[in-house]
Amino acid sequence: MTRRPYIRPVRRYSWWLSQPRYVRYMLREVSAVFIGSYTLMLIVGLLRLSQGPAAYESFLNAVQSTAGVTLSLISFIFALYHSVTWFGVTPKAMPLRMGGKAVPPAIIVGAHWLVWAIASLLILLWVGV
Amino acid sequence: MASSNKPVVWALFAAGGTLAAFVLPAIIFSLTLGVGLGWIPLESLSYERTVAGLQSPFAKLAVIAVVVLILWHAAHRLRITAHDLGVYADGLVMLICYGIAALGSIAAFIVLLGL
Repeated sequence: MTRRPYIRPVRRYSWWLSQPRYVRYMLREVSAVFIGSYTLMLIVGLLRLSQGPAAYESFLNAVQSTAGVTLSLISFIFALYHSVTWFGVTPKAMPLRMGGKAVPPAIIVGAHWLVWAIASLLILLWVGV
Repeated sequence: MASSNKPVVWALFAAGGTLAAFVLPAIIFSLTLGVGLGWIPLESLSYERTVAGLQSPFAKLAVIAVVVLILWHAAHRLRITAHDLGVYADGLVMLICYGIAALGSIAAFIVLLGL
């Protein structure tokens, strides 16, 4: 007897285009491209800094160029999207119970954004805005 | 119980993801975007000020933690996503993703020590 199990056809490369939530999932995953490349760019900045004022100056000029600002903006948007999605899953990844009751997800997510706001402020102050 | 390096890989991924979620938007804004848009004075990133700001062991440690953990997070997520996108050569993908993350981390470490 031969079995002919039904195998649902799935497009190997473009399956994620078939539903909006798959697209959102893929955007979340792709944030790593920008987060990773931005971090590498910061390392290049450190390297240029160690090479002296002239090298560092040319790095700062590149950062302020149209291409530099555009890349920064795209990285910023993806970094924010990463924060939104990362904080969004914490109630599921780390459910919290207090006094025998589950802490509402909105409280857990809100607490993360509160810490985010404080951390962001400290970073801005440290850099000297 | 079979031993696996998965918990370590995932713990570093989670640590980097959490750190990135908390600090990366502010880092991008204060180090490049705000300056590029002209909202932050360029003097805050002057050569002297930046070198001086990176002298303390705490600053070096903070920078290296951010760089290493966030690079690892991105590398791991890209490795998994490559599979989602139909690239099944995990050995090669691993080598490229973790390799770049490791090289970047080592470079940052060496440069920071020399500053």
